[in-house]
Amino acid sequence: MAMLTIKDLNVYYGVIQAIKGISFEVNEGEVIALIGANGAGKTTILHTITGLISPKSGSIDFEGNDLIKIPAHKIVSLGMAHVPEGRRIFAELTVLENLKMGAYTRSDKKEIDNTLEMIYKRFPRLKERKNQIAGTLSGGEQQMLAMGRALMSHPRIILMDEPSMGLSPLFVSEIFDIIREISESGTTVLLVEQNAKKALSIADRAYVLETGNIVLSGDAKELMNDDSVKKAYLGE
Amino acid sequence: MGSVLEQLINGLGTGSIYALIALGYTMVYGIAKMINFAHGDIIMVGAYVLYVTVVQFKLPVIAAVAITITFCAVLGITIEKIAYKPLRKAPSLAVLITAIGMSFLLQSLALLIFNANPIAFKSIINVKTVKIGDIAVSGVTLVTLLVTLICMIALSLFISKTKAGSAMRAVSEDKAAAQLMGINVNKTISMTFAIGSALAAVAGILFVCQYQSIKPTLGALPGIKAFVAAVLGGIGSVPGAMIGGVLLGVIESISKAYISSELTDAIVFGVLVLVLLVKPSGLLGKNRIEKV
Repeated sequence: MAMLTIKDLNVYYGVIQAIKGISFEVNEGEVIALIGANGAGKTTILHTITGLISPKSGSIDFEGNDLIKIPAHKIVSLGMAHVPEGRRIFAELTVLENLKMGAYTRSDKKEIDNTLEMIYKRFPRLKERKNQIAGTLSGGEQQMLAMGRALMSHPRIILMDEPSMGLSPLFVSEIFDIIREISESGTTVLLVEQNAKKALSIADRAYVLETGNIVLSGDAKELMNDDSVKKAYLGE
Repeated sequence: MGSVLEQLINGLGTGSIYALIALGYTMVYGIAKMINFAHGDIIMVGAYVLYVTVVQFKLPVIAAVAITITFCAVLGITIEKIAYKPLRKAPSLAVLITAIGMSFLLQSLALLIFNANPIAFKSIINVKTVKIGDIAVSGVTLVTLLVTLICMIALSLFISKTKAGSAMRAVSEDKAAAQLMGINVNKTISMTFAIGSALAAVAGILFVCQYQSIKPTLGALPGIKAFVAAVLGGIGSVPGAMIGGVLLGVIESISKAYISSELTDAIVFGVLVLVLLVKPSGLLGKNRIEKV
């Protein structure tokens, strides 16, 4: 049984159908990449999973919980964290306050402190800047903060939406190294990326989206060598 | 010289009442992105509840004050639940009109229950006038200053130091991201209305102790002045509301004493126009681009 199973998902924005009967699954421990062009519906899928958007039909099963019936604010405590597109950090709060917001649903102070130490170890820059107002961080640092904030909930699965967007090549590599580390530490990763090359290089499996449909899926290494993927997404 | 100082202190007294009310406007705006025009009428409701509990039920002052604050906090939550929550996704004009309607509703209800005749109310603050040199400060003003100071410090600590306070700030910045953290946005909005209305109740109590007369339209003028104070300080900014309120009170008091008592309101609103011309976001407001 997969950790996360999406079945026949249909999502509309008004009369426009953004997601057209999509089904896919994520197994525990995997890194799954959803790749595709702008407007393919990648972000919509993540928003629907974490309850920010309600689907018209379909089901989203996360370890036996029907996520469609659960309000957005109750999903993080089930063990699912979401790093939204554009980072969406709380710009007027300090770095530390942002991280603490990530642990909002947890109550054991000692365990929260342990997680915080772990995050500071992974992102030393966040520790150096813990009392800085988050809005003054650079784009790459904000992405790290957004990831750190999500990890503060101690998730079993983490949804990441375009973590490399708008970052310098140096930061992009760093961010992907971190995603690999997160995965190696046992957290399942569902990754949405426009940077298909990077995404496929760290993913186990991938789904290719086109205007609300899954057009291709399979082993990430195989997709990397697929001619149509190469042509459309890898620029080769 | 002494009389200038006296006017200044009186201005601080009225100004701090404006500030307490302005906090409600600004906090609700920060969280729910709406102007709650019924907020001023909470002051009036607070005044009547105080009157009923003190004069009609003859409760001890402490109990009456506690009941007044609680009543207004619950009223604030209820108004949000029944009138504003269903309109969360409606255009802001619809919300604005609903808020004005809610203001009329509260005033009309007071009219229905207590009729239009002003009720004389004896101040519950029995502190003697204090004289320092040739400056006389009334007991009511002293208590007003002290109570507002405590409220503001408590509120600032709550917002900056507690988990619920951080959650409020998070919700005011980004509701969706706050939900992803596990923050219940509806609860946070309720809490904001409760706190704002409780502060308005405190303002109402201090206000009737100052003016010693209660009528259904009592909240309208201080309500609108406090709204001006909130805009002056930068709507959405908590320290802005405090500074805006105090500033407004001082300007009002000084112009009443030295320029003209008839022109006072014109001067107050003139200051607002001036500030907004120079800095449209208010004194401490941020030049934030509204996201659509």
